[in-house]
Order: sequence, then structure tokens, then C-alpha cells
Amino acid sequence: LSAPAPRAVNVDLQTDAMLQVDISDALSERDKVKFTVHTKSTLPNFKQNEFSVVRQHEEFIWLHDSFVENEEYAGYIIPPAPPRPDFDASREKLQKLGEGEGSMTKEEFTKMKQELEAEYLAIFKKTVAMHEVFLCRVAAHPVLRKDLNFHVFLEYNQDLSVRGKNKKEKLEDFFKNVVKSADGVLVAGVKDVDDFFEHEKTFLLEYHNRVKDASAKSDRMIRSHKNAADDINRIASSLYTLGTQDSTDLCKYEQMLSLDFTRSCLHKIEARIAADEDLKLADLLKYYLRESQAAKDLLYRRSRALVDYENANKALDKARAKNRDVLQAETSQQLCCHKFEKISESAKQELIDFKTRRVAAFRKNLVELAELELKHAKGNLQLLQGCLGILKGNT
Amino acid sequence: RHASSFTPSPAAMQPTSLEQVQATAEPNPLKTCENLSSMNTFLMPLEEEEAKDSFDVDVAVTNPEKVGDGMNAYVAYKVSTRTSLPMFRSKVFSVRRRFSDFLGLYEKLSVKQSLHGCIIPPPPEKSVVGMTKVKVGMDDPSSVEFVERRRAALERYLQRVVSHPSLLQDPDVREFLEREDLPRAVNTQALSGAGFLKMINKASDAVNKMTIKMNESDTWFEDKFQEVENEEQQLRKLHVVVDSLVNHRKELCGNTAVFAKSLAMLGNSEDNTALSRALSQLAEVEDKMEQLHQEQAASDFFIFAELLGDYIRLLGAVRGCFDQRMRAWQRWQEAQSTLQKKREAEAKLLWANKPDKLQQAKEEITEWEARVTQYERDFDRIGMTVRKEVLRFESFYLLLTLIVFQLIKFWEAFLPEAKAIA
Repeated sequence: LSAPAPRAVNVDLQTDAMLQVDISDALSERDKVKFTVHTKSTLPNFKQNEFSVVRQHEEFIWLHDSFVENEEYAGYIIPPAPPRPDFDASREKLQKLGEGEGSMTKEEFTKMKQELEAEYLAIFKKTVAMHEVFLCRVAAHPVLRKDLNFHVFLEYNQDLSVRGKNKKEKLEDFFKNVVKSADGVLVAGVKDVDDFFEHEKTFLLEYHNRVKDASAKSDRMIRSHKNAADDINRIASSLYTLGTQDSTDLCKYEQMLSLDFTRSCLHKIEARIAADEDLKLADLLKYYLRESQAAKDLLYRRSRALVDYENANKALDKARAKNRDVLQAETSQQLCCHKFEKISESAKQELIDFKTRRVAAFRKNLVELAELELKHAKGNLQLLQGCLGILKGNT
Repeated sequence: RHASSFTPSPAAMQPTSLEQVQATAEPNPLKTCENLSSMNTFLMPLEEEEAKDSFDVDVAVTNPEKVGDGMNAYVAYKVSTRTSLPMFRSKVFSVRRRFSDFLGLYEKLSVKQSLHGCIIPPPPEKSVVGMTKVKVGMDDPSSVEFVERRRAALERYLQRVVSHPSLLQDPDVREFLEREDLPRAVNTQALSGAGFLKMINKASDAVNKMTIKMNESDTWFEDKFQEVENEEQQLRKLHVVVDSLVNHRKELCGNTAVFAKSLAMLGNSEDNTALSRALSQLAEVEDKMEQLHQEQAASDFFIFAELLGDYIRLLGAVRGCFDQRMRAWQRWQEAQSTLQKKREAEAKLLWANKPDKLQQAKEEITEWEARVTQYERDFDRIGMTVRKEVLRFESFYLLLTLIVFQLIKFWEAFLPEAKAIA
């Protein structure tokens, strides 16, 4: 299964050279997805102006983690990593369908198979989009786009050989996160001197929680939609079978009823259950859940830097008092100060950009959502009016 | 009696004929049930419009009330009749009946089925689970809903019975509608869902035996019978899925309402004013849509499920009635051939000049002509019944149209807000 070429995002920053990244193709194999990452660039670092490589999900994660671990990037919002491609649920459904083939009519089976295949394709398209968005965000960032690992990721046409984390490393990560959240609590409690950051902290904490809640609830809602949609499909094909049986006095009305009813039923429900519309909202929320987490992580790093700076100050005072290792303490303090100020400066800009991006993304999605809903509803109306016409004509 | 054109609007859902359904104890979330009852009265005018022979009888089943306590408790319904027919004791009257009384009526009518030569509309099925809950207490929403579904089904059942001119004449029907104290029906166990099926199967076995003896021109019946059987099976499967859908939709309503609240919270914490407003409005739209769906759309499938259930049972009765129809057809054919013979005899007598025998022959011809007509009418009645049922679906489409109108309004209001985000 391969995806059609998705749209590319053109990145053009005034003074810098052009760097355009997209995922031009993708292939879904049994247990992995292979993305073809296509780059167009006038940057001097690259050997050619246009080239492609094949990457897998783990390599994206490697790239993301390398950003996170890089001290230099402490002051930036690291674009969130794309989620792992997950076709398990879809595959399971297809398998169950195959097993249950004997118990349903040919029409029912075909219809269900089509639905499941469409679902599989939708998931596939989404995972491609998520991976692409990640790359585009990196390419759009004035600093990250220059990252060496990023360039290697884009250009090196061999396997990057980034094996997944082994158990020990996963455990280390786990503990790191535990410490972070414990620290996070401490940091959240301390009031920041800087108004801007204090406001941002309060805002982000609340926003993040609410996005998380909205995201979870939209997922539940979508699951209900899917269940109802599956029922509708079964009903529709059942009615269709009934209707296409031998036409007699008894069956003629069902025939008329089932074909039109089927269509109007389906379309009516589609107006509410259409995967496009609701998933749009759900995907938006999920993405901003990850983004707001990344923003929180930035604030956390700044807070840590602040703590380190304050500790360094205290150490310097102590050293001066004892008149021992003063130079060392001074150097250390200066480093911490510098680090903290650097982070604060870039963090401020990052957070402002985040806001702008967020508002623009929501606007775009909400407008598209409303337009889609209207389009469906209007089409639906026509269909129903048609059905009414047929019914009236027949009685 | 009712205008043949009506402007569809939510207000039109108000019941117009007999008493409105008594509001249940709580301010209930079960608007679906209210709509179901108003749907019934909404649908009846449509039906009467189209019925070729309409009789001036209106029946309604209302005011379910729990009588007694514990496991012996039952629900009594008010059965109200409004009529202009002289054979009833008055123009407007009502009695109290319980579920087993309805079943008892059906049993009495079935026994006399051959007399009527038509489909005896079947009553709703027994439900031990549903009734046990009600016996325990009528206050929780699922009991309330169960009682309401049953009430509506009983009403439809009675309405079908009285719309058969032949059944209306039946003394048992009249007794059911009029008599203050009806002796308790016994042996209604046979009329549980399974029992009903058994009865139908017995009838179909009898029919099967008969078809073997039929000559070639009657294979039409055999085919018909098979079709109906297949159809019934399909419909049963369908009914299961529709029930599943009704439940999933309920779930969906709940989840969407919860989501709308969450979205509103998110809007609150958003610090861009326009975006905040847009999110709040989106939350409102989602909420309104679901309310709309809960009140009307959920009930359309609910109603569909109910009607589907009715239809399945009706088909079952059709199957059971096939032998009647076959006999009607036979009688009709025999009557026609006898009529033919009589006419030939008459012609012969005319030539032979035997006046009294001629008169007798003439009378017999008239009698047989009437019979032929009667049997032909019987034969057509089944098609008529089905046709009436189908008419109900027309209103269903109207409902859907109303909903979609509303949806469009909501989204058209939201779009400019979304565009205003900056």
C-alpha cells in the first residue's frame, strides 16, 4: 500500500537558502512503514540540490531525541515526534472480517471490506502526514534546520542503524521522566520573577490539561461514531439485499424503500460520522497536545537553568566568603547566567511563535470543518428531498 | 378530516387526536419516547388520508399505571375510543386494560381467523426482563422507556385491529373496547415471542402440506411463501442490527455532550479572544447538534426499530395467513367457475322456459357474484396492509429533512466565527 504524493511545504526564510522537505512516497509492509523523504535545497552543505532517502519510524525518533538531548537547543520548542504507525487495530478488523466471511452475504462482505480498506488507508495517510509535519517543522526552524544530524537524516542514503532503545535505556528514560515530573512540581510552585514567563507557565499548564481532556473525549466520541457507522453499513447492505430480491407486491415497496433509504440513511449518518470532519478536529487536538507538552518541556528546561544559576550564585557567595576556588565559582556562575539568559531569550520568541502557529492552525481547521459539515448537510438535504419525491410519486 | 398538505415543522409533532401521553414521573431524558407517542398520532392522519375504506373509529392507549406491588404487580393502560359508529355504547368511552388482555384479544381473533380471511395484526411480544424491572419499580429511566415502548406498540396494535372493517365487527373486539370488567385472559403464555413463532411454524407446515397437493397453476403461492419466509429471516437479522445501532447512537449522544463540555473548557483557557469565542461556539454547536439528534434523530431509528419489529411480526402473520389467502383464492376460483356454470344453466333455462327455476338461478348468480367480489377483496387486503405500513416511512423522511435543515443553520452560524479568528 503506498500513499499518493502529499503536498510539500515550501520553506523560504529571507536570508537563508531554500530548504524544502516532504514525504513523496510511503510503503506499508507487514510490520513497518518505509517513508521516502524527499529534499529540495540550495544549501551548500548538501552534495546535490534534490535527493531522496528511505527512512523508518525509528530514525525519526532518533532525530527527535538527538534534538532533545542537545544542550544547544535547550531554549527551543522541539517539534514533537510523530506517533508510531499503528495498524494493529485495523489489521485485526480485516482479519476478523476474513474469518466471518461465510456468515454474511457477498454484498455485505464486499461493503465491509471496502470500509475497512478505506479505514486502513486513512490511518496510513495520517501517519505519513504526521511524519511529514515533523520534518517540515524542523526545516522551518531557523536553528534546527542547520542541525548536522538533520542533514545526515535527509541525505545519508544508507540505513542510519539506529536500533530501538534497549531495556536499560528505556528504564533510564523512565527514571529521567520521573525525576522530571518531580522537579516539575517544584518548579511549578516557584513564582517566576518575569511576568511573561509566569503568565506563560500558568497558561500552558492549564491549556495542556484541557487539550489532553478534549483529545481523550474526542477519541471516545469518534469510537462511538465508528460503531454506529458499522451498524449503518450492515443495515444498508441488509436492506439492499432485501430490496433486490424478487419484485412482488410485497417486496416492491421494500425495494424502493431500501435503495433510497439505504442511501439517505448512509449519507445522513455520514454527515455526522464522516471520518474526515471529526478526525480533523481530533487530530488537531492531539497535535496540540504534543506541542503544548513540548512547550512545557521548554519552560521546564528554563526553570532548571534558573535553578542552576541560582545555585551557582550561592556557590559563588560561599566561595567568596571562604575565599577559596573563587575563580572557578565565578566561571561556573557566568556560564549558568549565560545559559539561562540565552534560553530565556529564545524561549520568549518560541512561545510567541507557538501562540501564532496555534491560532492559525485552529482557524484553518475550524473553517474547513464548518465548510465540510455544510457541504455534507446540503448534499444530504437534496438526497432526502429526492427520496420524498420518489415516495410521494409511488403512493 | 385532516388537510392533505401540511407544513413540516417541529411544532407539527404535537399530537392532535386523543389524549396526550401522560408525562412520566421524572422530567425525563426520554424525549425519544414522547416523540414516539406523538409520532404515532402524527402518523395516523397520514394513514387515514390514504386508506380507501376508513371507518370512524379512533383508539388510543395512554396513562400507563402500575397496579399492585411486588411480583404480582402489573401495568394498566387506559384504552380510549372515539367513534361515530352506532354499534358502540357511546361516542367517547374508555376502559382500563392490561397487557395480557391485549394478548387475549389476539388469541380470540386468531381462532376465528378463517372467518375473517384477513391478517390478524399481531400484538407486541412478551418480555420477562422488561416487566420484572417494572414490577420492581417504575421510576428508573429504562423501565420508563420500556413501558413507553410497550404502550406505543399496543396502541399501534389496536389501531391496526380497528382499521380492519371485518375485525371491527367482531364482538370480541367490541367487548375489548367497551366492557368495563374483562375476564382475565388465560393461556397467554403461548404468545411469547417463541410461542408466536411456533404457532406460525405450525401454520406454515400446514401450508407446506397443502402446497404438495396443489396443481401447477398454484406454484405461485409456493414461491410467494418462500419469499416471505426469506424476507422474514432477513428482517430478523436486520432488527438485531438496528437495535445495536440505537444503542450506539445513545452512546454517541452521551460522548458528544461530554466532548462539547471539554471543548468549552478549552475555549475558556485559550488566551486569543477570537479563537476562544470560536471554540466556545463550536462547543455549543456540537452540543446543540447532539440535543437535536437525541430528541429527534435518535428516535427516528428508535421508531424504525419499533416499526421494523412490527413489520417482522406482521410478516409472520402474513405467513400464517397464507393458507387463508390460498383458500380465499380457491373459493374465488370455484365461485367463478360455479358462477359460470350458473350462468350457463340460466341460459339453458331461458331456452327451456322454467320461470321459478330461472328466478332461483338468478338469485344464485347474484349470490355468487357477491362472493366472488368478496373473495377478491380479501385477496387484495394483504397488499393494502403492507402499503399502509410503508406510508409510515414517508414521515420518517420528513423528520430527517427537518433535522438536516437545522444542522445547516447551525453550521452557517458557526462559519463566520471561525473565519474571524485572527
